Amino acid sequence: MKEFKFDTLVIGGGSAGMAAALEVSKRGFSVAVAERENSMGGILNQCIHNGFGLHHFKEELSGPAYAEKFIDMVETSNIEVFIDMTVMDIEEAGDLKYVYGLSRITGMIKFSVKTVVFANGCRERNRGSIGTPGTRPSGVFTAGLAQRLVNMEGYIPGKECVIVGSGDIGLIMARRMTWIGAEVKAVIEIQPYPAGLTRNIVQCLNDFDIPLYLSHVVGDIHGKDRVESIDVIPMENGIQQKDKSFNIKCDSLLLAVGLVPDNELAQKIGISISPETNGPIVDRQLMTAKNGIFACGNVLHVHDLVDFVTEESERCGNYVADYLDKKTPSDQFRTLPGKNVKYIVPNFYSPSEENKFYLRTMIVKNRAELIASVNGKEIFNKVLKHIQPSEMISFDIPKDSVHISDCTENTLEVRIV
Amino acid sequence: MNEKIFDVAIIGAGVVGASIARKLSSYNLKVALLEKECDVSFGVSKANSGIIHGGFHHGSEYLKSKLEVQGNRMFDQLEQELHFPFKRCGIIVAAFSIEEMKTVEQLYMNGISNKVVGIEMCNQRRMLALEPKLNTDVVGGLYAPAGGIIEPYRFVFSLVESALKNGVELFTNFKVVASAENSGIYEVTSEMGNTIFSKWIVNSSGLFADEISTIFNAEKFEITPRKGEEFLLDRNSAARTDHVVFPVPDSVSKGILVIPTVEGTTMLGPTAIPQKSKEDVSTTSINLDMVFSSARRMVPSISQRDIITSFTGLRPVLKGGDFYIDISSKQPHFIQVAGIQSPGLTAVPAIAEYVKDLLKKDGLILIEKSSYEPSIEKVPRMRTLPPEEADLLIEKDPAYGEIVCRCESVSEAEIIAAVKHGHTTLDGIKFYTRAQMGRCQGGFCTDRIIKIIQRETGLSYEEITKRGKNSWLIKDRIGELKVNSYRGIQ
Repeated sequence: MKEFKFDTLVIGGGSAGMAAALEVSKRGFSVAVAERENSMGGILNQCIHNGFGLHHFKEELSGPAYAEKFIDMVETSNIEVFIDMTVMDIEEAGDLKYVYGLSRITGMIKFSVKTVVFANGCRERNRGSIGTPGTRPSGVFTAGLAQRLVNMEGYIPGKECVIVGSGDIGLIMARRMTWIGAEVKAVIEIQPYPAGLTRNIVQCLNDFDIPLYLSHVVGDIHGKDRVESIDVIPMENGIQQKDKSFNIKCDSLLLAVGLVPDNELAQKIGISISPETNGPIVDRQLMTAKNGIFACGNVLHVHDLVDFVTEESERCGNYVADYLDKKTPSDQFRTLPGKNVKYIVPNFYSPSEENKFYLRTMIVKNRAELIASVNGKEIFNKVLKHIQPSEMISFDIPKDSVHISDCTENTLEVRIV
Repeated sequence: MNEKIFDVAIIGAGVVGASIARKLSSYNLKVALLEKECDVSFGVSKANSGIIHGGFHHGSEYLKSKLEVQGNRMFDQLEQELHFPFKRCGIIVAAFSIEEMKTVEQLYMNGISNKVVGIEMCNQRRMLALEPKLNTDVVGGLYAPAGGIIEPYRFVFSLVESALKNGVELFTNFKVVASAENSGIYEVTSEMGNTIFSKWIVNSSGLFADEISTIFNAEKFEITPRKGEEFLLDRNSAARTDHVVFPVPDSVSKGILVIPTVEGTTMLGPTAIPQKSKEDVSTTSINLDMVFSSARRMVPSISQRDIITSFTGLRPVLKGGDFYIDISSKQPHFIQVAGIQSPGLTAVPAIAEYVKDLLKKDGLILIEKSSYEPSIEKVPRMRTLPPEEADLLIEKDPAYGEIVCRCESVSEAEIIAAVKHGHTTLDGIKFYTRAQMGRCQGGFCTDRIIKIIQRETGLSYEEITKRGKNSWLIKDRIGELKVNSYRGIQ
């Protein structure tokens, strides 16, 4: 078994992993990236539609084009990339971590590293997660799998499809399936409002006359071998109206019902996971409860824009370098989600630094106010034009906004009213 | 047309048929194993709780109790020979009232009359010591250390592999629709018009045993399907118990269990609902709620958050509730093996012996085969290998270095092994390797498995199915568009 030594091993060569690795490398440390696919880029590779990069590159790019900009940077850096490599296990050994990764070409490799960055993204929720009853025929795909079959392999996974979930992935797939000659009979959304961006409702559904059923759920799947039809049930005041259910004939069902950070490895070594984000609990430096183990991107919490993943991961890369330079702020206190807030990341802040936060709200509202307070004392507020659960909110609290000297309990609570 | 005359044709390649086939493969016999589906273990045997029972649910007056206790004892040797996942984790029955404890006492008496080793009555303290995740309202219960868990489909696959290795011929997609008997030889015809000839017939066709019996003009009886819905929880579920946990049974079934599966997930179920259809394997949301509330009564930390999938199995229930294993009194050289519901999986090694003895009694000459080889080759599982061993294995066969299913850490080599053993559908590969069985349910690996099947079998994309018949996956290809790698459309 071969053994390699690096300052940092980044698990995952998608948008998060590449951005983090580049920053660590720029600061003069040795970095390796373990990527399980045969090229870097992650899920961006199958997202051939436009809309990426408006924040980060100030231009509109396709997923592969966004990825390629980073791939080019990684390829001209000193970063060692191990493709086709799956990380199997992590062990802690004093200040070091042993990470075991294997590939067809290298066999099993033992990486002996000072720091590890989890940047291995998220997975799709599926039929089991939403508990859709009925038969179990072929033809029920997660939207991401369908996207991969269409965009990477050139396959048509069905001719008459229904899409569950009106998040951006569901909407993009509705348009994609139409373009490859399938009939999209409906998009079903459990909430009374669409989950995706307005521009995607217009460009992906309205332009193709695809009906969107808000406040509806799939009640049953029919078909023995292949999907034959589904029952759709309207909801009123959050209750299924089974007597008003109707049937849609279709041969495939695409599930775009949310994403979950993929934290199997982190859990295996005892890193505590936040029940709100399903990602690790991290400090202000995006370090997990285990020293030297960091997380960024969709493995930490699910982002809606890749630009935010890049921003967070570049910061993470610098925090890793700070850690390797032994420059970590020592004064850290908890952050807590308050009223109408689902979660706030990171789970700690440092009063002596500028702090950047990502937050997800639980309500839909125009002109909402975000208020941060320490010990009941308001220290920051921001007016937000429009908020909804599917759109992540980011904000910065400037350095020295909190004067903690007279406080014993310095938890920062963020609420939305 | 297959002009060869078999000594025995076994109808149904579920766990019963597969066990009988393997048993008979140790003798100098020509044996055919007929299966209506495209792969073995695709009926009752693929969707059940995978329990090796503890021999206390029924008294010794039942044939099934006798075979259950005998069968249970045979699993250690079978595991050595056939390498299927099996663990004697022990079974507990949890009682929540004094009345329920009376039933538990009856179960204990059953166990004693069936000569079960190690069975004990437990007080509350003993129950909570054995299983700390139990609801502390438990008042006591039963402990049967010889009970265990198994992957039922892997067991069937191994039995069939062993049978084939020893000369049994397997006919899949062979749905028996007609038979004719001519001077002691049965001519058996499939739906697709193929025929085979055989001197003896074993009817081990599960849910369809009544229909097969009718086709052969043998005994009339009725198999009533009884639906069992099960829910599978993520391997990280905090509710995973150390033992199989049973409630106190009622008159219909053994109740909703909490099952720590042998491969690390947790299973809840099954329901027990009689139905007419032998095809309807749908799940319902009402029963989901019922399963969860019943399971939570025993293990409160069970959470719906952890569900990764649900499925339905059907039990082939015969009136009276016992197994029906006998020589037909209406047709010569015809053996009935019907009504094999729980504890059928446990009893099956003993059922195979029992059927072998019936065949002998009926005049079949059994001469042991000197070349009989009871063991099959063990396929390494990357998930369980220490790093050094994994490294050596990849050096020998680089396909072990390609992890296809990330959730269950299944390598390409394991998928190739599945295909080589005849499992060429997505479900067949899932049951053989566990790829697609983890928390993402195939979201990340289905496209890679499709590629491997194509490469290894030469099948085209539209011929690849989830489980045969009309369960196609891909309808068509996009025009002339060629798409590859991250560089997008070229």
